[in-house]
Amino acid sequence: MKMKLIPLLLTAVMILASCQTLETATSIATTIGEGAGLVSSSQAESLRKTTKAVARSAEEFTPEQEYYVGRSVGAVVLAKYPAYDNGKINQYLNLIGQTLAQASDMPGIFGGYHFLILNSDDINAFATPSGLVFVTRGLLRCCRSEDALAAVLAHEVCHIELRHGMQAIEKARLTEALTTLAAESAKTFGSREVAALTETFGGTITDITKTMIDKGYSRSSEYDADNKAVELLKRVGYDPNGLVDMLVTMKKNLKAGGLDFAKTHPSPENRITEIQKDGFKYMAVKATAARQSRFQQALGNI
Amino acid sequence: MTRVGGIIFVVISSCLFFAAWGPAQAPNKMNIQIMDGQVRSAPSFLGTIVARLTYGDSVDVIKDEGAWKKVALRGGVQGWMHSSALTTKSIILKAGARNVQTSATGGEIALAGKGFSEEVEKKYKSLNRNLDYAWVDRMEKFQVSPEQMQAFLKEGGVTPAKGGVQ
Repeated sequence: MKMKLIPLLLTAVMILASCQTLETATSIATTIGEGAGLVSSSQAESLRKTTKAVARSAEEFTPEQEYYVGRSVGAVVLAKYPAYDNGKINQYLNLIGQTLAQASDMPGIFGGYHFLILNSDDINAFATPSGLVFVTRGLLRCCRSEDALAAVLAHEVCHIELRHGMQAIEKARLTEALTTLAAESAKTFGSREVAALTETFGGTITDITKTMIDKGYSRSSEYDADNKAVELLKRVGYDPNGLVDMLVTMKKNLKAGGLDFAKTHPSPENRITEIQKDGFKYMAVKATAARQSRFQQALGNI
Repeated sequence: MTRVGGIIFVVISSCLFFAAWGPAQAPNKMNIQIMDGQVRSAPSFLGTIVARLTYGDSVDVIKDEGAWKKVALRGGVQGWMHSSALTTKSIILKAGARNVQTSATGGEIALAGKGFSEEVEKKYKSLNRNLDYAWVDRMEKFQVSPEQMQAFLKEGGVTPAKGGVQ
């Protein structure tokens, strides 16, 4: 028995020299025990499972996986609302939006931030976990200045930064998704594994789009995005009063009973009250003539 | 049985000790976890881009300043990267037989192109033909360069807050 243990100990030392995680070590040590016939295979299996469960709870999606989740969430949004195919105005939106995103606390996102106008009179906007931001023409009509438009885009960027989309994934699904991903990621996929993963993926997309499009995030998530947007606007040099201006116009434009922001967001009045809680005093937006003129040129006829 | 159990315990606890003492990877080495890793001249979104790195590339972190890290690239170039672009996880772009065992262990390793991937998207897309990926692809091509951002801010008299730039 003693002689038998020497190679085991040697292996243990070798593992120690290169071990990367507790789970690897346990897995290898368990295999050794199992191979030597000293741990039964069912014991070995449960030992592996226990360690894995501990490791799993700390796991997160990689930015690359969020990117693929976000692309499909975007594809669902675009199945509901058609894109507004106008290169010039979309470019204007991206100049403002991508600048805000770069100045945010999360400029590093797998595929970058991209902004697109949706051809709809609804007052609506969506931000996918992968950095795709959609704004309807109806919402753009609530903006009377570039600062107001910047406020709309900053609010969406902040939803991404605060990870509200990913948080909409139901807990059971999250566990299922992360477990499937971890179990399958090492293998070369067969069609069965791809089918199983696709089902989990589809469930994830449904969780996010249901919340984002139909139910809306919690009121506190919306207030958090507003407050963070105010900070981001100041950082870049936009006037945060633009957010209040936009909400005042939104209040006039929203139609009761609508399935857009009328349903998914707290009322503009409440949002204004929340923004002004921490000593924020409204003053008329100050913008240069050049800024107002390029805004009118881009969105005057939206 | 108890002896083997003891050995396993020793291996695990020692591994925990070693993990706390220092990861297998040098502590100042980080990897780029996004497609376009911009290295800037200053710790600010206004800093000019001095180099671009891609997914899976690695850098040596020299120092931290808020959310920014001063990094050294292979070849000696230095610059600043935002921490959101970086991870301590090793990113394996092509999984080979050797890393299959360790890759299943999660925490410290990210396997590119696995899990929720292009392959899964393709399958999901084939099952949901009403979804519009064409516009997703189109909008992902909307790019704004740092030079365009600078010029745009200047033209509109938008002046970033002093000290607010991170």
